[in-house]
Amino acid sequence: MKRTLAALGLALPLAFNAHAADKVKIGFISTLSGPSAALGVDIRDAFNLAVKLNGGKLGGLPAEVIVGDDQFKPEVGKQLAEKNIKLDRVDFLTGIVFSNIMLASVPEAFANKVIYVSPNAAPSPLAGAQCNPYFFAVSWPNDAYHEAAGKYATEKGFKNVYLMAPNYQAGKDSLAGFKRFFKGKIADEVYTNLGQLDYSAELAQVRAAKPDAIYVFLPGGMGINFIKQFVAAGLTKDMQLAVPGFGSDQDIIRAVGEPMLGLFDTAHWALDIDNAANKKFVAEFEKEYKRLPSLFASQGYDAAQLIDAAIRDVNGRIEDKEAVRKALKAAQFQSVRGPFKFNTNQYPIQNYYLRVVGKDSQGRLVNKTVSTVFKDHGDAYVQDCKMQ
Amino acid sequence: MSGILILEQTLNGLQFGLMLFLLAAGLTLVFGIMDMINLAHGSLYMIGAFLASTLVGATGSFVLGVLLAIPATAVVGMLLEITVLRQLYARDHLSQVLATFALILIANEAVRIIWGSDQPLTTPAALSGPVELLPGMYYASYRLVIIAVGLAVAVLLYFVVTKTRTGMLVRAGASNREMARAMGVDIRTLFTLVFGFGAGLCALAGAMLAPLFAVQVGMGENILILAFVVIVIGGIGSIRGALVGSIIVGMVDTIGRAFLPALLREFLPPQFAGAIGPALASILIYLLMAAVLFWKPQGLFPARG
Repeated sequence: MKRTLAALGLALPLAFNAHAADKVKIGFISTLSGPSAALGVDIRDAFNLAVKLNGGKLGGLPAEVIVGDDQFKPEVGKQLAEKNIKLDRVDFLTGIVFSNIMLASVPEAFANKVIYVSPNAAPSPLAGAQCNPYFFAVSWPNDAYHEAAGKYATEKGFKNVYLMAPNYQAGKDSLAGFKRFFKGKIADEVYTNLGQLDYSAELAQVRAAKPDAIYVFLPGGMGINFIKQFVAAGLTKDMQLAVPGFGSDQDIIRAVGEPMLGLFDTAHWALDIDNAANKKFVAEFEKEYKRLPSLFASQGYDAAQLIDAAIRDVNGRIEDKEAVRKALKAAQFQSVRGPFKFNTNQYPIQNYYLRVVGKDSQGRLVNKTVSTVFKDHGDAYVQDCKMQ
Repeated sequence: MSGILILEQTLNGLQFGLMLFLLAAGLTLVFGIMDMINLAHGSLYMIGAFLASTLVGATGSFVLGVLLAIPATAVVGMLLEITVLRQLYARDHLSQVLATFALILIANEAVRIIWGSDQPLTTPAALSGPVELLPGMYYASYRLVIIAVGLAVAVLLYFVVTKTRTGMLVRAGASNREMARAMGVDIRTLFTLVFGFGAGLCALAGAMLAPLFAVQVGMGENILILAFVVIVIGGIGSIRGALVGSIIVGMVDTIGRAFLPALLREFLPPQFAGAIGPALASILIYLLMAAVLFWKPQGLFPARG
């Protein structure tokens, strides 16, 4: 009896508090300065666009988005996360581009039961043994693009593929993902300096190795230079260049231009994915920012849409973390990528497409979908996740 | 390993070395004549590339844009020398390093405010493809142009420094500044000119390399470190040392990246070779510099006797 009364005493204030909150606060941390800023800026702009199109609301609650620049530094990201959680008392965290920065920043959120909705970074540790109830990846698992590229290379009948990536953890992971699905022979596996700009020596070795295809994981400026130099060296006619989706997206196309034409890549989204949500997103983004959205923008937009749907489904009662988690996991929103659902580790199950850079009706260079490489594809780590 | 591969890698090394030379030539004269450590040399390289990008866009011609960017950057360099650097000659090296490091930060932010974090600059269409040098040997035509420009500048510099009166004054200033001044050389004006000339060479290097790399804020910092390695190896104040040092650094870096991992795989287990190869290739030039400093602390061609 005593226990029941005590429980009632605890439950009553909770019950009275369970009315809808009057607003929702989002802590948005991203890389907004430096050579990699284009990615964070696209995520931020698309997130803000989604909020704006919703009349400044998420799930019916007025939304306050607190934006911070992590400056491409893990320690700055961590500080911002602490500020967002302790000072601003945000209800959700989101925005971070790079896995290393995110991994430094999210433990603070997990410890305080603040939900992190990842619009990009989705590293393998958080998919497997270290999966966390407060982490939702609305993007794609780090290995997924490379797995799709490996499968594409196998299907295309490439016998001898040359691999290149920067000499750091994500570089090694990406090539591991490629090799997981590639059945042919690896001509060579080369690791370059992180941040390297001149690939003349490596390109000469590639030429001498005579592979039928080359797969490179070189994010940002590294990729821009590699592709330009690859074309200038005349290697395009000797072998097929393949890259992951972010290796030939709008930010890279803007910098490289015409030489991108005909380049194949793998991704979970493209401008021409045919659904109403995507058509609206692409049109509104272009109207608002006078440029075409990138993959990163689509992820930022979906992150906002996911949060919007979850708040709506709990009728604005965002204090009830368990209910919010359930609503997030149900993912009741129209993703711009088409079919989307969460796996048990709260990483996505979705399709991956082969894309090629071509010209749209206005003569602009864009990625066009060619075929579906994976249908309802999850990740290789989910069985290690014990979360219910 | 075929002859064509070795030839191609040699050209790569030469191309990289000659561009380093354009940077190192200005740096070594500044360091040699005024005993001034100018970390902001890389900022002039960046400013040159940004100016070239704007001017190529404005004139519609790659050649004209680059040619205009050279004097424009030289003017920027001379203004910098007159307003700021001149105050630092009498100070010790630490003050110079601190002040010119501040200049790097200021230049980066100023460029970001004026142009944004990056700018487009692409290879002219006629030079964007490869040429067949030998049967079966293709090489990027733009890289050949870089080699030609680099060699032409090297010859021109050699002529100016060894055969002209100005060159004689520069050499005199480099080998003994006080004596040159005592002999009535106007070191002040000479130095402003040398500084402007060095800035012009920076702009040429920045503009030529920009289509290969990228025109972006902070582009000067990495290459500046290599330029310092070059002048330390070549001997501070010596143009000939800068040329030889540049080509050695260019070659060692290229050949290290190209052949070292494969070489290591020959006599090390693959997991070690895979880890050590790229790491060793990236520090090879610093090992070389350490060796030169150990056996010839003045560099290979010291300017001061």
